Amino acid sequence: MDKIPILKVGKCLLVTIQIDMHDRLAMALQDDLTNAIVTSRAKGVLIDVSALEIVDSFIGRMLSNIASASRVLDAVTIVVGMRPHVAITLVELGVQLSGIQTARNVDKGLETISRLIEQSESTDAYGDD
Amino acid sequence: MLTETIETVPIRSSEDIVRVRQKVRFQAGAMGMSLIDQTKFITAASEIARNTFEYGGGGELVMETLRDGARRGLRLTFLDEGPGIADIEQAMRDHFTTGGGLGLGLGGAKRLVNEFDIESRPGEGTRISLIRWK
Ligand SMILES: Nc1ncnc2c1ncn2[C@@H]1O[C@H](COP(=O)(O)OP(=O)(O)O)[C@@H](O)[C@H]1O
Ligand SMILES: [Mg+2]
Repeated sequence: MDKIPILKVGKCLLVTIQIDMHDRLAMALQDDLTNAIVTSRAKGVLIDVSALEIVDSFIGRMLSNIASASRVLDAVTIVVGMRPHVAITLVELGVQLSGIQTARNVDKGLETISRLIEQSESTDAYGDD
Repeated sequence: MLTETIETVPIRSSEDIVRVRQKVRFQAGAMGMSLIDQTKFITAASEIARNTFEYGGGGELVMETLRDGARRGLRLTFLDEGPGIADIEQAMRDHFTTGGGLGLGLGGAKRLVNEFDIESRPGEGTRISLIRWK
């Protein structure tokens, strides 16, 4: 497999990372996802990392980059399902996923995204008045 | 201390870094390391393997099992013949990078293992070894 699939679910993009990605593949995902936010006018991005056995500083940086880019493009990114031993290791490594929202599972992530999208739409509506 | 070489793994591409992670996972699992210890060790190996590839111009990993009395461990030695590191103290510092990374590979790997050893000489190369005891 040489590409990670990106699915559109309502106003969201859903990515499930199911393999141990090499660095070029991770970079390609970052680019593809950023482009997809623009072309699909997505308001949210859900990245399911529950199958990942490790997240090192490269993948950590990729997640941060996607979150920052989506923020600029007016979409929210939520990282879903990070396993506890992976999260503990990331902290000890020193990688801070500070700007990144997280959720326990895909359902919870979708709920959070819908709520955030509603909120931002209602603020937009006020802004238009 | 008894050491036994298990395998030498080339590090010449980003796919090889994935292979390093898989091989370390297999050996750490076979040794009966806990999930959290395995995860820390594999993550440290991934960081150093990437440095070997990106900065060292490629190289190899030598995997060894260690036995010291009742203690068993795994030693990973990463070798390259790249440009070397002139100022090791600076390179080890968190957030220091010459390659636009997060600068957490060396410092982070040291935190994630039981023993960390680095030798480097400008123009000759770099040798980093990581040990995790079971
Ligand atoms: N094998 C190596 N050969 C030469 N320089 C290296 C090597 N490994 C690390 N370095 C140097 O040490 C710096 C810090 O490495 P690291 O902590 O992994 O952070 P990063 O990879 O994000 O730059 C690198 O930017 C590089 O300058
Ligand atoms: Mg590094």
